[in-house]
Amino acid sequence: MRSIPSLARLAATVLALGILSVLRPVVALAQDGLQPILQEYQAEIAKPSRSTVEKVLSGLMAADRPGTAEFLLRWQDRGVYARPTDGLFFYAEEIGDALRLIDIDSGAAVAEVSSREVSQIRPNSGVRAVIAAALVPFELNAPDPARREAALDAIARSGDASQIDPLSQSIETETDPALKQRKERLLTLLTAQFASALPYRLAAIEGLAGDTSIEARSVLNQLTARVPGVGTALPTGANIANVLEVGTDISEVEAYDRLVSANLAPPRQSATDRRDVLAQHIVDGAVGGVPLHLLNTDAARARAYEALEAAGTVPPRAAEDEVARAVAAHVFYEVYTEPNPEVTAAAEDALSATSHTLGLYQTLDLVLDGLSLASIFFLAAIGLAITFGVMGVINMAHGEFIMMGAYTGYVVQLFVPDYTVSLIIALPLAFVVTFGAGVAMERLVIRHLYTRPLETLLATFGISIALQQLAKNIFGTQARPLTAPDWLSGALTLNDIVSISNIRVAIFVLALIFLALLLFILKRTRLGLEVRAVTQNPGMAASMGIDPDRINMLTFGLGSGIAGIAGVAIGLYAQVTSEMGANYIVQSFMTVVVGGVGNVWGTLAGASLIGFLQKGIEWFNPSNTLAAQTYMILFIILFIQFRPKGIVALKGRAAGD
Amino acid sequence: MTTLLEVSGVSVTFDGFRAINNLSIQVAEPELRAVIGPNGAGKTTFMDIVTGKTRPDEGRVIWGEKNVSLLGLSESQIARAGIGRKFQKPTVFEAQTVRENLAMALKARRGPFDVLLYRRSKTATARIAELAEEIGLSDALARRAGELSHGQKQWLEIGMLLAQDPRLLLVDEPAAGMTPAEREHTTDILKRAAETRAVVVIEHDMEFIRRLGCKVTVLHEGSVLAEGSLDHVTQNQQVIDVYLGR
Amino acid sequence: MSTPEIAPRRRFLAENPSVLWFLGCLALFTLGVTVLSEGFGLALISTSMVKILGMTLCLCLIAVAMDVVWGYCGILSLGHFAFFGLGGYAIGMWLMYARTQGIVVESLSATPIPPTDIEIEKAIASQIFGVVGSNELPWLWGFAHSLTLQLMMVVLVPGLLALVFGWLAFRSRVTGVYLSILTQAMTLALSLYLFQNDTGLRGNNGLSGLQNIPGLDHVPQSALSLWFFWASALALGLGYLVFAWLVSGKFGSVIRAIRDNEARVRFLGYDVESYKLMIFTLTAVVSAIAGALYYPQAGIINPAEIAPIASIYLAVWVAIGGRGRLYGAVIGAAVVSLASSWFTGGGAPNINLGFYTINWTDWWLVLLGLGFVAVTLFFPRGIGGLFDMIVRKP
Repeated sequence: MRSIPSLARLAATVLALGILSVLRPVVALAQDGLQPILQEYQAEIAKPSRSTVEKVLSGLMAADRPGTAEFLLRWQDRGVYARPTDGLFFYAEEIGDALRLIDIDSGAAVAEVSSREVSQIRPNSGVRAVIAAALVPFELNAPDPARREAALDAIARSGDASQIDPLSQSIETETDPALKQRKERLLTLLTAQFASALPYRLAAIEGLAGDTSIEARSVLNQLTARVPGVGTALPTGANIANVLEVGTDISEVEAYDRLVSANLAPPRQSATDRRDVLAQHIVDGAVGGVPLHLLNTDAARARAYEALEAAGTVPPRAAEDEVARAVAAHVFYEVYTEPNPEVTAAAEDALSATSHTLGLYQTLDLVLDGLSLASIFFLAAIGLAITFGVMGVINMAHGEFIMMGAYTGYVVQLFVPDYTVSLIIALPLAFVVTFGAGVAMERLVIRHLYTRPLETLLATFGISIALQQLAKNIFGTQARPLTAPDWLSGALTLNDIVSISNIRVAIFVLALIFLALLLFILKRTRLGLEVRAVTQNPGMAASMGIDPDRINMLTFGLGSGIAGIAGVAIGLYAQVTSEMGANYIVQSFMTVVVGGVGNVWGTLAGASLIGFLQKGIEWFNPSNTLAAQTYMILFIILFIQFRPKGIVALKGRAAGD
Repeated sequence: MTTLLEVSGVSVTFDGFRAINNLSIQVAEPELRAVIGPNGAGKTTFMDIVTGKTRPDEGRVIWGEKNVSLLGLSESQIARAGIGRKFQKPTVFEAQTVRENLAMALKARRGPFDVLLYRRSKTATARIAELAEEIGLSDALARRAGELSHGQKQWLEIGMLLAQDPRLLLVDEPAAGMTPAEREHTTDILKRAAETRAVVVIEHDMEFIRRLGCKVTVLHEGSVLAEGSLDHVTQNQQVIDVYLGR
Repeated sequence: MSTPEIAPRRRFLAENPSVLWFLGCLALFTLGVTVLSEGFGLALISTSMVKILGMTLCLCLIAVAMDVVWGYCGILSLGHFAFFGLGGYAIGMWLMYARTQGIVVESLSATPIPPTDIEIEKAIASQIFGVVGSNELPWLWGFAHSLTLQLMMVVLVPGLLALVFGWLAFRSRVTGVYLSILTQAMTLALSLYLFQNDTGLRGNNGLSGLQNIPGLDHVPQSALSLWFFWASALALGLGYLVFAWLVSGKFGSVIRAIRDNEARVRFLGYDVESYKLMIFTLTAVVSAIAGALYYPQAGIINPAEIAPIASIYLAVWVAIGGRGRLYGAVIGAAVVSLASSWFTGGGAPNINLGFYTINWTDWWLVLLGLGFVAVTLFFPRGIGGLFDMIVRKP
């Protein structure tokens, strides 16, 4: 497609050239077309290379003949042919096996030849990139918005001063509002970096204040870039950023290293170097008169070296006081690479304004991260909160129910290839599977252990290891994929800093749905009423015709079923392995305990606290998630010391001291 | 007769329910005192406050000659200060023998290292035998407490209370589940104990209280309704109203 | 009944014949293994088997400690294996440091100029920590050069951790299931801490080469394994004796009372928190000693050993063996850990069902898990309970 440009495109490039030429004498238009200029550079065009292409381009630009842009486009796209017999260049159209040559200046068909009679010019990718950059000013006015956008991308990647004028001229004629805005932004960036007129430049820099985009920040950072400097006195005329004080801003060791690298002082001798030097001067089992076996202390080695120094066999080395003297005799400073102090001052101001906005956005991003982690913890823990909180049963196999849910999702995807449909099937199916497993476990095991809570913990742990190994035997040890549908795989992006993946949004929504659903079940339905009655006084509830067995069974099933759904959700963004449940179980327990047992709101509070806390700690030390988890658990241990009943505590006699 | 325990202006609230309302009671040493009142009058909560199980919202609980406030002390410190308690429901250590139960309660140093290095002495063995005799469990010393009947558990708990040798005994419904003969014996034990120390008894059974023949405090809705001899309080119109219902 | 002139030790043993029985069995077992071992006698038991048996004795010791803290005092601690691991780390640091020091000194002695202390230390540090991209000795290793100091660390570090953690937890009256979860959280935090590369204990590489005892290079492993076996047996015997003495008599009576009704014990005037703290800390220290004997036989320790699940397994052993009786803990730990290595080590024959072959390396955990559920449901007193039924005189 690109090799045969439309007429309109041609027209646009010509127009662009025209605009470029406005500043030039009108005489240029009266010249003899493009071919003669091309012939001036015949060899360079026919065999283009990185080293020669710049020369050709500047020549073409200087000549400024009509059709230059068209030629550059075709040259770049391998649409230019050279005829070996006379060296002339042509465009060509393919007609079957033959080629129809077209004159570059007139656009008329000249001849039909076989492809062996002409040679196609094939610039390599490096050359093509250079040509493309030269084309940018033309492309800025191209009628196709996609091409204009591509040109803007090119400028954003590698801008320079020459693009300021074409860019500012193209803004007036720009019809697309989005592109216009982008052009204006880009112009500001270019102006801030390269404009020769200081007032424009300062205004542009001011305009960048508070702009959090990566481009704007990198421009400002470039403008305020500093290089370290050292000398006997501060250089005059340099744009000094600041003077470093040895001892506070810079250590003496660092300072001396700078002196050494600036060739202002002899290098400090390392212990290894000294040892090697000493080893070269062993005479009769001694160095400088010190016997070898005594050379196992620094002091003895220093003595030996001094002896060699005194004898003149080794060069003197920088002693400590010499280091101090050398450092004291020099000034250490940082100097801006940008020479104009007004520019750097404006850029520093703009940067500090930006960092404020940046801080706000980063906080927002942190809050979103925390929120999504909290919803994961909430989903993982809420089932546990029901069984542990409402029934007082510790279910160590809760994590394995999460795993069962995730594997259910995986199995469904094996049979239903459409990810959206399989997800819709997997969610309720996971609930059904884990609900069944939960009810079975309650009937077979937990029912017999209601009076022995610590033993419930151990029995369910037994089930947990059995289930985990069973999953390993069935599905293998490697992670299984649970693929999210396309509409879940993107991300919501607010700007360069704040973005959140759709899966996490979905998990957040799922958590909200569960919160609402559970509150509804517990507060508004008959089942919820009976559950609460059994929780508070099983004996009394039983005497009022509520069957505690049935309620316990249903409650346990409900808690397990929710774990299954949580498993599908977690499986979508984490890996499905037989151990995935174990990774969540301790956190889930802590969520429940921290939040306060027996209360949905408590679990929400616990999940939020733990989620935000973990993200908060990670923010202080982003490279180390393990450390964040460690400190978070320590915090929780301390927290429970002060609020043993959790955030949302039941008060009074009901708490059952 | 000096004041041993002074409870003054104590209030406590559970979830908005005022279980104890500006309660003031003084107990002297030696003294035998019965506390009566309808269900929910705050009798057991009063004991909870004195023994440190429940912290009051306001008020003072002062103990002994040195006027120590009990509010800052833990349950075990209060127990070591000389307050012993028998619970409404007998709570003995069912997995252990009667002898072990009594030995644990026997007055001795309570620190872990003291207990670790504790060695049975002749006097201690004799004291346990004596107590077992008194509570009628001499033959059951080697039996597990869990195997005892309800009444025997009550006796054992009274025995443990006596073994602590406290200055103040708080006894919650000591005669529940006992035969008339056993009740009589219990009355004797309590009366004898009250000769040298303070004893506070919570009881519903008026006959039992009449046999104790002591000063009676009537609690109602968390505060003292009447105080005096049993005859005096039973003639009090308010007490009659509370017990018979208006 | 008894006269005060009789020494308390004899009275204690006379009243607890099971302790004598146990010590007798242990002594016979030790003698038997020694005679049959490769390093000493008939070579019917391989060196690796002696190591496994020695390690099992260490596991029995920590199980006894666990039984005291859980079976007798009612604290279901899911953190005692963390103390076990800390003991292993403490001794492992000396083993690794001293051995690396030997190697480094030997390799540096070939250079013409003898190395300075700093050079030796730097070389040791880069040997040990090169694997986590560091060449400096962390402050944690400040005592690693000294066996005496590091042996003190075996006791002090887990002891102090248990003391501080226990003081915090018991002070705020966290009990029951909550306490279990809290101890589990402690264990998780510790293992996550150890998993980090920059915390000075080589991250998930752990400490390795611990089976080589510095200064004993000339002693063959067959002999070394016996020495450690004897040490483990001695530690188990002593630990059993101390704990049996502890849980008999009035102290035992008080802690069992705390297990059954701690509020009531408070009203008797006992400071429940200090008793719990004492038991928690003491058992933690014994666990650490068991760990310090275990890991030189295992040869390697890494943070995965400390993961919460290990402590739960410990509870499983004690529950299967039978809580509240010390020999039960020993039986449980020995039976389950030996069975576990028999099944997972490929010792157990596979069962061919025609349509499916049960491979025990895959199915052992399923069997253990379900078996454990069955024990909890049907034999709450564990194997020791069966033992009781047979032995108890009518």
